[in-house]
Amino acid sequence: MSANELPVTDGAAAAPLHQSIHGDGPGGADHAGEGVWARAWRTLRKNPVAIAGFVIVAIFVLVAILAPVLAPYGPDELPGRAEVRPTMIPGPSAEYPLGLDRYGGDVLSKLIWGAQASLLVGVLSTLFGLVGGMLLGLLAGWFGKWVDFGAMRLVDLMLSVPSLLLAVSIAAIAGQSSMSVIIAIGVVQIPIFARLLRGSMLAQRGQDYVLAASALGLSRRSVTMSHVLPNSVGPVIVQATLTLATAVIEAAALSFLGLGGGEPSTAEWGRMLTAAQQELAVAPRLAILPGICIAITALGFTLVGESLREALDPRNRTRR
Amino acid sequence: MTDIADNTADAPVDAPADAPVDAPAEDVVLRVENLSVDFRTEGGPARAVANANLTVRRGQTVAIVGESGSGKTTLAMAVLGLLASNGSVAEGHIWFKDEDLGHISAQRMAQLRGTELGLVPQDPMTNLNPILRIGQQIDEGLIDNGLRTRRDARARTVELLDEVGLPDAARRAGQYPHEFSGGMRQRALIAMGLSGRPALLVADEPTSALDVTVQRGILDQLSGLTEELGTAVLLITHDLGLAAERADIVVVMYHGEIVEQGPARQVLTSPQHDYTKRLMAAAPSLASRRIEIARERGLEDVLDDALLAPGEEAVADGAAEADVLVSVKDVSKVFTIRGGGLLSRSKDFTAVDGVSFDIPRGSTVAVVGESGSGKSTLARMILDIEKPTTGSITFDGGLVGAGKHKEQIAYRRRVQPVFQDPYSSLDPLYSVFRAIEEPLRAHDYGDAAARRARVEELAEQVALSKGQLRRFPSELSGGQRQRVAIARALALSPELVVCDEAVSALDVVVQAQILQLLAGLQEELGLTYLFITHDLAVVRQIADRVLVMQQGRVVEEGTVDAVFDSPATDYTRALLDAIPGKDLELAL
Amino acid sequence: MLRLIVQRLLLLIPLLLGLSVLLFAWVRALPGGPATALLGERATPEAVARINTLYGFDQPVHVQYFKYLSRLLQGDFGVSTRTGRPVLDEFLTRFPATIELTVVALIIAIGIGIPLGYVAARRAGSFLDHSSVVVSLIGVTVPVFFLAFILKYVFAVELGWFPSTGRQDPTMIATHPTNFYVLDGLLTGEWDAAWDALVHLILPGIALGTIPLAIVARMTRAAVSEVQNADYVRTARAKGIKSARLRGDHIVRNSMLPVLTTIGLQVGLLLSGAVLTETVFAFSGIGSFLAEAVFNADYPVMQGFVLMIAIVYALVNLLVDVSYGLIDPRLRRQQ
Repeated sequence: MSANELPVTDGAAAAPLHQSIHGDGPGGADHAGEGVWARAWRTLRKNPVAIAGFVIVAIFVLVAILAPVLAPYGPDELPGRAEVRPTMIPGPSAEYPLGLDRYGGDVLSKLIWGAQASLLVGVLSTLFGLVGGMLLGLLAGWFGKWVDFGAMRLVDLMLSVPSLLLAVSIAAIAGQSSMSVIIAIGVVQIPIFARLLRGSMLAQRGQDYVLAASALGLSRRSVTMSHVLPNSVGPVIVQATLTLATAVIEAAALSFLGLGGGEPSTAEWGRMLTAAQQELAVAPRLAILPGICIAITALGFTLVGESLREALDPRNRTRR
Repeated sequence: MTDIADNTADAPVDAPADAPVDAPAEDVVLRVENLSVDFRTEGGPARAVANANLTVRRGQTVAIVGESGSGKTTLAMAVLGLLASNGSVAEGHIWFKDEDLGHISAQRMAQLRGTELGLVPQDPMTNLNPILRIGQQIDEGLIDNGLRTRRDARARTVELLDEVGLPDAARRAGQYPHEFSGGMRQRALIAMGLSGRPALLVADEPTSALDVTVQRGILDQLSGLTEELGTAVLLITHDLGLAAERADIVVVMYHGEIVEQGPARQVLTSPQHDYTKRLMAAAPSLASRRIEIARERGLEDVLDDALLAPGEEAVADGAAEADVLVSVKDVSKVFTIRGGGLLSRSKDFTAVDGVSFDIPRGSTVAVVGESGSGKSTLARMILDIEKPTTGSITFDGGLVGAGKHKEQIAYRRRVQPVFQDPYSSLDPLYSVFRAIEEPLRAHDYGDAAARRARVEELAEQVALSKGQLRRFPSELSGGQRQRVAIARALALSPELVVCDEAVSALDVVVQAQILQLLAGLQEELGLTYLFITHDLAVVRQIADRVLVMQQGRVVEEGTVDAVFDSPATDYTRALLDAIPGKDLELAL
Repeated sequence: MLRLIVQRLLLLIPLLLGLSVLLFAWVRALPGGPATALLGERATPEAVARINTLYGFDQPVHVQYFKYLSRLLQGDFGVSTRTGRPVLDEFLTRFPATIELTVVALIIAIGIGIPLGYVAARRAGSFLDHSSVVVSLIGVTVPVFFLAFILKYVFAVELGWFPSTGRQDPTMIATHPTNFYVLDGLLTGEWDAAWDALVHLILPGIALGTIPLAIVARMTRAAVSEVQNADYVRTARAKGIKSARLRGDHIVRNSMLPVLTTIGLQVGLLLSGAVLTETVFAFSGIGSFLAEAVFNADYPVMQGFVLMIAIVYALVNLLVDVSYGLIDPRLRRQQ
């Protein structure tokens, strides 16, 4: 159906509108006066995929926050050190529901503390990238001309290096600490957010309502702040949700490569995988369990992000 | 709507095999019987066409007229078996010769398309495959339908392109769509639609995406060819004038139902259904005079004379010299088009070229032109969104765009725009109330209560209900959005309102309502309008003076009556001639 | 067309210059300073002093940069602190392995991703459509090294179908004129060697190719869904052309435009993923070497490899842009 088939009858004077083929034509009575975000939220609540995503994320966040309560042992404790032999790593038992690892740590406890570490890295690095990227994008979108040119060349430069390599290089400067992992992953996201926000702002700039707002005598600042920016953040927020998933995975990749400091026995999913590499034939669960944790967490954020994208899609917005 | 599938495949197969009941002559090409088409939607099936009946005979042109969403395109697509995948024939029959198109196999339908059934689609910009050469796109139909072999297809293609009036057809056939203008593309599409010499051609708004002067040529070509070939045409259009001029039979659709049909003359001279009457009343035509609100309302005595739109005579003899609100003097605008890459040079493009004119206070001046004539650039310069390259614009004695920041802000209060596209002219995140309130807030108009009162007053002026104030743009129809845009423009009590194609995107009935509203507001508030449009019929309804622009220059200027009754240039004459339904009044 | 290529090549110059500035600054920002970075953390003070004069680290910054740049232009990317060999040599001997691996991964990604995405779009809502969604989800949520683990554990360790590490059986007698092991085997007629090298590529290839596969499938699905609803497809159907032609000339060719861009971007992902995959499978390409360099703080290798990988990535995207022009006439004749 082509776009010109949208009902554009003037309800003010025409006869009462019949049910149009596009669902609740102009102003379905039940949700009148609902903003774009409220509408997206309502769509999300009805979407089983989004609900599944939300549930996963909620469980993950709860486990991360309640780690001190939930975990039987502390993050650095090695309660079963005495029981681990070079040839044998004890499997699940009543005392250790998911068994021990090479260093004698309780796998269940380490997975729970690992959730906390992942949440911290994921949220902080995404925040870092989001703030940095939005500042850069805003700068470019605001001043235009050579500022825009400079900012976008910087973005090109950062994107010219494959992301993991960029993260590794940055982590190498920032030193061996979990903070350096956060910064590295965050910096890698900056060009993505910057480009997204800038592009989105440029698209909004061309819209008539922005012209109309400038014609009202609004300053450039208020046009940007009250029209352009609010209408541009949708894709950025979607990207941020998806980035939470990537950040968890990339954090694991960086620890897997030995960046991020700390002991080999650190309660961190990526680090647990590194350690498990040697025991793949003996105790595959040591690799499988943290791997599944990473995948499920990433899945949760991805599902939320994708359904949010769908709910905010303007093509769905006008037709629903 | 994820897939285009042959809806014919999953239609019920219990169709009676017998021929239509009363098909007397074999000259009936198409007979639609009690046809209903449903679309599956989230809220259950929605009926897009209900119980439609119509007949098309050989060589006849039947026009289906209706506004967008009336089901006219759906009906046509059902005939071609090209409904979107969620649409299907729910009831009734589509008899084409002796086959029921609603209930035949997808294979048979595919055989008929391109041989017995042809389509000329609406938008030439999106209906050609961008990565195939024009010739190739016609060849493939000829070859696959077994009309020509791979070897002789091209020769036939060139003949066909030649036939639709494409000059240098042999060379053109080797070009890609992006190398064609809109009119040329539409000609190619007509050649494509007629390539199989179909018995029935569906022409879906074949010219609505084109400039008026191009439209006429293409319609002439189309009707000439179909007449010569004896092709029956099902013409889909929103334009009553076009239907009246081109069709033998007019079918009026409204909300999925056929509300009226009959010989074109009869439907237009004595419309029976309310909707047709409203459509007739709303249809802008060259005979319709300027909307004279005061006379209609009998309010002349109430209104202050100074606020009244000056009569055309007054403007004509230029008596009100002192009362010029806007004066445009020798204004040009040159855009520099930067080349695509490092190695390409930039080019200058003159959008507006030495334009001068005045807008008298309280009057309506229309600027008419086809796309690319520079009319919108001119409007933007008057709005002070673009700066003229040379020349000057003065508003109420002061130079536009020259003053300090404060004066510029003050200027903004006095000049307001209403844009064309009702879908992008309102911020989707702002409720109607907030959209209208924004200018008040920006210019520190009173406190919250005062602003609320003013917004409600404005809403009433543009006939929006209070309930609609808390809605969001996505919940409004096109006409309602345009009302909001007008209310927003009026919030600061401007003196000049620049309407850039403000009614072009609306259906005729709605368009008439909005024009009526604008005329009423002018009367009431003493507004001055600058009306930018490509539609001459609209000009006649609303304007006092008119400027005709072509390629950045003003080619003709004068009072509406003078320009319409005795156009001085060939271009204006061509524009006037091109308006469909120009002869309508004479016929009535 | 030639003009386009030249134009894109010229645009590469400022990009590479910018990158060299960044990498130059990067070495200076390393903990311990540039000398330590070049010599490794166990360097003696005398060695540091020697390097400082040799490389001119005591000179003004801009002089240092131009020296660095001129060394780069002469192909001197420094010396690995771990192996003592020039970085460029290390790169060139290992790069063929990574090319082989990424090519296998790309073949998997494109060969499965495009048909899967196409069928998913054409039969929206079908079982295949749903499974393509699941595949895309797996592709973006499972870390590449975890996937490599699982493949290695199941198919190499448990089932023993494939070798678990390396590029070729170490006992295999083979000559390597080009360092592309599969190609070498074919050139020298050592069929066993070629086959063995190919078998070694399967598991890492699958591990590395899965994410791009998911993304390509998803992009194809989106593109085909859009194109098959395009006006020109409906018009083509109204012409009554054969469905094979409709699919080929109209739907597939037009859908490939966005997919091609996506494939170009996947090369970046593959080069990132190679670092992890090669490490898991002890596959001696540039990725595993780089991972070891990271582990051992071998900064000259990191610096040089990042620059060279960026060049490779840029060239691949240039290639994609050029092939874009081959499909889309609108870009071909553009001024």
